[in-house]
Amino acid sequence: MTRISETFSILNSRNEHALIGYVVAGYPDYDTTFDIVKAMVNGGVDIVELGIPFSDPIADGPTIQKASYIALQNRITPSDVLNIAKRINDNLNVPLIIMTYCNILYKPGFDNFMKNAKVNGIDGFIIPDLNVEESIELKKCAYKHDLDIIFLVSPNTSNSRLKTIVKATSGFLYLVSVFGTTGERKGFEDYTVKTIKRVKTVSKNKVPLAVGFGVSKDEHVRFMLNTGADAVIVGSAFINMIEQFDGHEMLSKIESLARSLKSATKIE
Amino acid sequence: MKLKSYPVKGKFGKFGGRFVPETLIPALDELEKAYLKFSKDRKFKMELDYYLREYAGRPTPLYFASNLTRVMGGARIYLKREDLLHGGAHKINNTIGQALLAKKMGKERIIAETGAGQHGVATAMACAALGLKCEIYMGSKDIERQKLNVFRMKLLGATVHSVVMGSQTLKDAINEALRDWITNVRTTYYLLGSVVGPHPYPMMVCDFQSVIGREIKQQIRKLVKKIPSAIIACVGGGSNAIGTFHEFLDDKISLYGVEAGGKGFSIEKHSATLCAGTEGILHGMLSYLLQDNNGQILDTHSIAAGLDYPGVGPEHSFLQSMERVKYTNVSDADAVNSFLTLSNYEGILPALESAHALAYAMKIVKNYRKNDVIVVTLSGRGDKDVEVVEQYLEMDND
Repeated sequence: MTRISETFSILNSRNEHALIGYVVAGYPDYDTTFDIVKAMVNGGVDIVELGIPFSDPIADGPTIQKASYIALQNRITPSDVLNIAKRINDNLNVPLIIMTYCNILYKPGFDNFMKNAKVNGIDGFIIPDLNVEESIELKKCAYKHDLDIIFLVSPNTSNSRLKTIVKATSGFLYLVSVFGTTGERKGFEDYTVKTIKRVKTVSKNKVPLAVGFGVSKDEHVRFMLNTGADAVIVGSAFINMIEQFDGHEMLSKIESLARSLKSATKIE
Repeated sequence: MKLKSYPVKGKFGKFGGRFVPETLIPALDELEKAYLKFSKDRKFKMELDYYLREYAGRPTPLYFASNLTRVMGGARIYLKREDLLHGGAHKINNTIGQALLAKKMGKERIIAETGAGQHGVATAMACAALGLKCEIYMGSKDIERQKLNVFRMKLLGATVHSVVMGSQTLKDAINEALRDWITNVRTTYYLLGSVVGPHPYPMMVCDFQSVIGREIKQQIRKLVKKIPSAIIACVGGGSNAIGTFHEFLDDKISLYGVEAGGKGFSIEKHSATLCAGTEGILHGMLSYLLQDNNGQILDTHSIAAGLDYPGVGPEHSFLQSMERVKYTNVSDADAVNSFLTLSNYEGILPALESAHALAYAMKIVKNYRKNDVIVVTLSGRGDKDVEVVEQYLEMDND
């Protein structure tokens, strides 16, 4: 069992749901990423997703695209991100997930990359352009290094596919709440509710369900959790804070955003 | 196993596959199912043949370039005249096929990416002819460089979206088209322009373009009653090359794919993916890519905008790994030189993309005997490139 599953069971015993926070490593710069993660964890983020920027992020909307672009302009490399992970791991007690695209892992080789990731305190991977059919080799490496591979499902995933993905995923299952890319949204459509309920029925609580894409406010968090989700993933809302503010003001805004989101995950 | 029978389960050996967000998997399944159904449907085939013949202008001639042959000395050079098609390039073979398929699937909104604008124009034409709504994604840099094609697309009724992210060229236009498709997957058909992307696109686009090679086979039999010594086509994403080669994959004929050597490998200003790239995953496929050591995709360069792409169709990666097709490259300078030569001796302005294939033909033609035959696919006409050539020559003279 990795720290991700442990976190879910601890939260469960405390009657809490999980808040998962996402940052693009290297945005706005290398050093600040650690401070941002620290602010998120202080505010109550339970699991951190570190994004390794990729030049062609097809699942991401404008906010994360722009952040990734700037991080790459800052010449952030995958090994820089693993160094950031190590620093987080040395100073904070929080499960770490790498979120990146297939090619970042394919280039150095899955085994090679995962070995380094494990050494630097990574617990799992979210790879939005990896689907279950193409994952056999990668899953083998992940198993070898005791890492979780978190698969994604979307509103148009059929029930039979859903069953396969529930079997394949470990740590949790990532539900993409909407048809679209990452980014803040005003509201959610009916199909999101239907999808959460359908996924919960099919997955039969075998694995925690985290909902992401467009979740940015405490009211969204309550809405998703009341509908049946076990966790929420918030990314673009944090990144918008980084874009709008600087220095201590930015860090305190991030911490208070995390705090308000976290308070919505506690079951009354 | 015959090379022609690939892909197997969406793969050309290890290449190809589907590396896309989960949201697109059901859409790709739906597309594959519809394509497999309609590609066997007699009525669909008849309709496609009708449009290819009456609208696009097929079959295209296989022209004996007698003046060029005489000047070069060596094998006889035949040109497959895809430049004579409606719109001025082979692109229409694919856009008519896919637009017809989209219509059968009940999709009313078509999106597409374009680099130089040729695929955008061919998509806009097919959509206008078939009464479909058309939106084109194009990098803001390319919009600036190819103003005339942008205006052509608008005249043909398409909406053109400027893509300002990343390198603002073809690869970013594909990214943005994929994002649109993820968002509007329930109503929209993505009409990809080359043999790239996730399965079934490489297979489907290959099928629609293979009409080029099938015609060459028939025409060469009639015209010269012998097997050509070599067939040559240019490779960017690789759709005209696959279309040319596919019919000959299991025959004993040398096949050459010519990539854009640009300004040279030493300064990393080229688009020769198979010659200088490494394996990787981009735009939904496992194939050869131009990338750095960390897996970030590199900016590319070619004087021919249609070859300016950091990936290549997975079938080409496979054919290189099987050593069935020889992939090589020629420089910007060689391409311009062959552009001028063909214009001068044959009265044909070739697209700068096609000029790469021609330049390689001119290099090897002397190695053959007088009654040998070389076929070059002239994938497009060069009217779109006259300004670029003019600028190139002015800079060269300075």
